[in-house]
Amino acid sequence: MADVVLVTGVSRYLGGHFARRLTADSSVSRVIGVDVIPPPHDIGRAEFVRADIRNPMIGKIIAQAEVDTVVHMNVIATPTHAGGRTSQKEINVIGTMQLLAACQKAPSIRRLVVKSSAAVYGSSPRDPAMFTEEMGPKALPRTGFGKDSVEVEGYVRGFSRRRPDTEITMLRFANILGPGIRTALTDYFSLPVVPVPFGYDARLQFVHETDAISALLRATTGPSVGITNIAGDGVITVTQAASIAGRPVLPVPRMAAGLLGGVVKRSGLTDFSADQLQFLAFGRGLDTTRMREVLGFEPEYTTRTAFEDFARGIGSVLPGTTAVNSAVSGLAGTAAHAIGHVWASGRND
Amino acid sequence: MAASTAKRSDAARTPAKTAATKATAKGATAKSTKKATAKRATAKSAAKKATATSAEPATTSASAPRARGALAAGAARASGERKKRRSTPLLQSAPAQPVLPAMPPAPGPGTSEAPTPVTAAPGERQHKLHRPHPVAKAVPTSKAVAKTGTRPAGPRRRSTAPRPSQPAPAPAPAAARGPLKAVRDDVSVSPAPAAPGHVGLAPGVEELLRAGVAALRVAAEASGLSPEDVERQVAQTLSFLRRRLTGDYTVDEFGFDEDFTEHAYLPLLRPLYRKWFRVEVRGIENIPNEGGALVVANHSGTIAMDSLMTQVAVHDEHPAHRHLRMLGADLVFQTPVIGQVARRSGSTLAANPDAERLLSRGELAGVWPEGFKGVGKPFSERYKLQRFGRGGFVSAALRTGVPIIPCSIVGAEEIYPIIGNMKTVARLVGAPYAPVTPTWPLLGPLGLIPLPSKWIIEFGSPVETADLGPGAADDPMLVFDLTDQVRETIQQTLYSLLMQRRSVFF
Repeated sequence: MADVVLVTGVSRYLGGHFARRLTADSSVSRVIGVDVIPPPHDIGRAEFVRADIRNPMIGKIIAQAEVDTVVHMNVIATPTHAGGRTSQKEINVIGTMQLLAACQKAPSIRRLVVKSSAAVYGSSPRDPAMFTEEMGPKALPRTGFGKDSVEVEGYVRGFSRRRPDTEITMLRFANILGPGIRTALTDYFSLPVVPVPFGYDARLQFVHETDAISALLRATTGPSVGITNIAGDGVITVTQAASIAGRPVLPVPRMAAGLLGGVVKRSGLTDFSADQLQFLAFGRGLDTTRMREVLGFEPEYTTRTAFEDFARGIGSVLPGTTAVNSAVSGLAGTAAHAIGHVWASGRND
Repeated sequence: MAASTAKRSDAARTPAKTAATKATAKGATAKSTKKATAKRATAKSAAKKATATSAEPATTSASAPRARGALAAGAARASGERKKRRSTPLLQSAPAQPVLPAMPPAPGPGTSEAPTPVTAAPGERQHKLHRPHPVAKAVPTSKAVAKTGTRPAGPRRRSTAPRPSQPAPAPAPAAARGPLKAVRDDVSVSPAPAAPGHVGLAPGVEELLRAGVAALRVAAEASGLSPEDVERQVAQTLSFLRRRLTGDYTVDEFGFDEDFTEHAYLPLLRPLYRKWFRVEVRGIENIPNEGGALVVANHSGTIAMDSLMTQVAVHDEHPAHRHLRMLGADLVFQTPVIGQVARRSGSTLAANPDAERLLSRGELAGVWPEGFKGVGKPFSERYKLQRFGRGGFVSAALRTGVPIIPCSIVGAEEIYPIIGNMKTVARLVGAPYAPVTPTWPLLGPLGLIPLPSKWIIEFGSPVETADLGPGAADDPMLVFDLTDQVRETIQQTLYSLLMQRRSVFF
């Protein structure tokens, strides 16, 4: 199916790994990776071309190489990685516009795969427990990455109207997590003390990085599926995740959270935007029926095992937490044991 | 000095280093009383100077091809080329290389393994460029790595204190204690592993606990409770605490936390259910043992105590101990703490997608279609059913083909009789109503104590919807009829229950 594949954002963690896995596929004859900085990791036999998707030059590359499949992975979720919110927005929105403009002009394009995000669903108390692909956001994301994703999807929809002959696949990923990737959420759970919105315990869903790449591979080489949610099975809550990661939580009233978020952001520890705070208060769940039935993809990791895999990498922050944990479980165990003794002796009487 | 060189990329290392050595030499000649910080400052400025001078193409360091790239990079930095390139579109740099290097001719099996970062063909190196080569360097700068969103592999904190990995428990205590089993909820404590030759590791703890347990038994016996029960309680509480601390519990997709509900939420409500309201349950057999069903009930009582009590009633009185999954208003989920507890105890948003999702999973859902109109109605209108929403609950039941079980609750109206409504206050805090009861806000916090009315909860016989088919949900007339039928059933049952009850409080 896919013969010449163009991968944008190849110097980023997921893009690079995806390019490497894609080159291992013998049905793909050529993989061209595009980014503004050279990839810091091995990208397999993919060819790296230093080009900016915000620039019409991308059209020349597509035309020259007769690219038939474009995998757009250069939608950046974390402003700190893009060099600030302004440049993040520039890359996400203007980059997508330029890329799609180039794709529209290129007759060789047959398929477009876009790595979108579940952030398009927003996060609010009026959300349904699980979002299916047909549902829209109850509260449209107004800031940050969520807004970018909504706009990116809008441009992709426009493209699909103008080029009805192309197959469009948009994968809406839950938060991607794993031992290697670094996102705002991994930074957040790596904090020594995790601030949580007081009185809320959001449901979170994760997808492991290898699963994310496998899903993208399947969308590139397999059938075209349109819009599909990708998430691991099950949900965990914020406090549950913090205790799995061995982090104490610090409840912060939501009113003060903006202030604290600003401080944390300026200190460079992690990025707390308004939609991030909203997400940490209300969470989000994705219905993955379509992922299984249409895309035919079965994730290897559940939400919980994906998070555990991540948590193993960061280690517990306080030796105290494990000590307390083992003390309590020890106490519970001994108590059960002792009770067992007493019962046993009691029954013998 | 070290800091200044480390900050720069390795490209700049050569000039910076020479400058640095120069600086230290200078420092040596200076008076020995000079502080180290001063030294560092001179080193830094010297390094800066050195990079500036290295902008001239005359390269003194003759260390052949490797140094060339580094120098070029240094030159680029000095002339502001890099910064410019980073902040502007990249078109200008493109002509320096062919847009697409030709595909290598079908790589052989041996060569394909070698990771070949795509750089320009080696031949290209030969002509001199007056500006830095725009092509990928094999080794990216640390900044580039930081920007890609890659975390360094391996645990971050390893270096400070190598902790034992999770699967290997602290060796000594675990071994001595014997198989440390996670205490199950149904603590059917097996008395087996109590081998007499059992070496007490942490013997003190074990003995102490044994003594503690014995003391507990004595205390329990003295206070007339079954010692076994007390012990089980203690063990359960401890294991519950452990699970909470380690995150060892599961939450379903609606946020329902069974562990929390069974061990913290329901036990807290039970005294209220048994001792305060003395709830009498009738017709519990109308709730199926398995499969989806929708319980529809009247709503009253200023705060939604009736739904909580119904939840306890279904769990405690039903032989299958089913959990009633309640459908709540969005205001519930907006409110901190309340929203969190509601989700954990199995509630979810009262909207058709969630209701249908719950019912098609075979859950027992509960809905109070009167909503705030019902809970917040004045005492004078007690036991008069309000409008039943828009009949959304009926269409959810029709689509999923589950029976509707009408449920009538008597007693909840009297717990906080509303004699007035502070509309301005309600508007100020964004609540649907601000009640005035005989005790609230007159007695302050004491006004929060509900009056101990005697409750009766009756589950009526189910209204089957499966034979109507899922298409029936699109027939509004049928939906309205069914809504009215359910409403009438509940209203009639309420009247007959009111006739039967002896008094409000007994």
